[in-house]
Amino acid sequence: MSDLHTITGNQGLQIEEPLIFEQDTPGKCGVDLPDVPEVKTRLGGLAREGKIGLPGMTEPDTVRHYMRLSQKNYAIDTGFYPLGSCTMKHNPRLNEKMARLGGLADLHPLQPNSTVQGALELIDQCAHWLKELTGMPAVAMSPAAGAHGELCGLMAARAAHEAKGNPRKIVLCPESAHGTNPATAAACGYKVESIPATSDGRVDLDALKAALNEDVAAIMLTNPNTCGLFERDIVEIAEAVHAVGAYFYCDGANFNAIMGRVRPGDLGIDCMHINLHKTFSTPHGGGGPGSGPVVLSAALAPYAPVPYVVDTGDGFKLVEHKADSDQDPFGRIKGFHGQMGMFIRSLSYMMSHGSDGLRQASGDAVLNANYLKAKLQDMLTVSFPDGPCMHEVLFDDRFLKDTGVTTLDFAKMMIDEGVHPMTMYFPLVVHGALLMEPTETENKATLDKFIHMIREMTQKAKDGAAESFKSAPMLTPRRRLDETKAARSPVLKWTEAAE
Amino acid sequence: MTVKYTEDHEWVLVEGDTATVGITDYAQNALGDIVFVETPAAGTEVSQGDDVAVVESVKTASDVYAPITGEIIEGNDALEDQPELVNSSPEGDGWFFKMTIGDASELDKLLDEAGYKAFCEGLD
Repeated sequence: MSDLHTITGNQGLQIEEPLIFEQDTPGKCGVDLPDVPEVKTRLGGLAREGKIGLPGMTEPDTVRHYMRLSQKNYAIDTGFYPLGSCTMKHNPRLNEKMARLGGLADLHPLQPNSTVQGALELIDQCAHWLKELTGMPAVAMSPAAGAHGELCGLMAARAAHEAKGNPRKIVLCPESAHGTNPATAAACGYKVESIPATSDGRVDLDALKAALNEDVAAIMLTNPNTCGLFERDIVEIAEAVHAVGAYFYCDGANFNAIMGRVRPGDLGIDCMHINLHKTFSTPHGGGGPGSGPVVLSAALAPYAPVPYVVDTGDGFKLVEHKADSDQDPFGRIKGFHGQMGMFIRSLSYMMSHGSDGLRQASGDAVLNANYLKAKLQDMLTVSFPDGPCMHEVLFDDRFLKDTGVTTLDFAKMMIDEGVHPMTMYFPLVVHGALLMEPTETENKATLDKFIHMIREMTQKAKDGAAESFKSAPMLTPRRRLDETKAARSPVLKWTEAAE
Repeated sequence: MTVKYTEDHEWVLVEGDTATVGITDYAQNALGDIVFVETPAAGTEVSQGDDVAVVESVKTASDVYAPITGEIIEGNDALEDQPELVNSSPEGDGWFFKMTIGDASELDKLLDEAGYKAFCEGLD
């Protein structure tokens, strides 16, 4: 908070809000319930004796509590959100309108299939668009989000290896991989080997080839990668991976940069998850849920998990059990059919944009990132300055050298300026990373304001204003939080103070 | 008593048949505040270059590698409750594990203090 002290602790519209449990007034209740009649307990001594632990609140107090908390939040609907690798793009309201149509919003997942033919057709159509855009023959729609999609893809790869009699042992991940890639590989029982990057920020092809052998089950690669660069050798990588009988997993988190321009299927990729909550504009970052369908090559398609929709020509069938499948599904990884609400929103996005619109979206995303790069490269240090970047631009902290300001301090001051900080300290392949992804939904005026802000902040840092960076943020409900203490001794649950 | 270093920023203190391993001051400084350390269990057989421990800071998580081949004698249990020892005393109380020396010739190929210092200067 700023140094201006008020009687209430509030600062204008910034209301100081205690935890809901601290507002507990026993006996207060939001509804008028009839008195409970005397009943003879049949719980055999198992009736709860202690408090149930819910705060006593009136309805207006409860509404205000959550409203005030929501006002402390920063969202894509609040302002510019250049969080690299997260594709925080605008969520079109048309998508929301479609998802709220009574015929879709009021469905129950246990309804008989004959009564939900439209919904099944919608899943099939959404799947069709994803297959067209990626040039892949099959898609598993049920994964709940990106990392879950990775798990699905790698389980399909493992199932394919097992069908050939040997699950293999190793999964290769480049140094710049999303942290979820090695985690997924480990969760599937594989040993992870890291592939180094070249000085221009791409996978070292020679090192990759040297690491490939018949123990390698798969490689997991992001393209464009987390340095915001297109992996130029991707076709050669695919050929080398296939030559040893391994599968090629592509992390599709950055599909926003190539949608409508490059089809992963043409590059030799065997499986790729698609973050509907990034590329296809469905809400995320607290507003989710995410959704991570996985497209599969002909080699992996037979192992796609249940359930899946089949167009029989005479209506749509949902194959829910392995026994009902004429394929070889590895099992089920999600209750019901996946994130139906997100299928509706992303199909709405795809159909309202059309193929030309989707192609323009990826083009504009790349253009915006390169605009930031061009306008900031003389003051900040671009990690890989040669050639254009893709949908995000990576800076490192060399421009802050000898200023006493760190990437973290820089990010904290951005909060005072009312802009969500970029991704920082990731990827790990450069020092003190600042990874900015503007997305295509920001206009030039927004980008120009941001560029002006970053340039002025950089000038301040270079002029010796380290102290003001160290004390940022000044204007937030709480000042700089003790992240170390929070990590070392996390308090994850409110407990009643001892009396 | 000799101290050797790796290019992955581990130090190895050799005392008789035992090697004590930790991460260097340079490493703890680059990682920032350490919030979690996972050390290997006694009896684990490791080969040079295996990832044997994990160190997590507010900024990042990293593997710590076995600098030589051998068997783990003990992990530093104190780090479970006090990971900050790695920041305050990286080359003392903040040691990660002790191990046997399976192949003494591997030690010869590690960096000495001057060599490691020069290596770090090349990184800045």
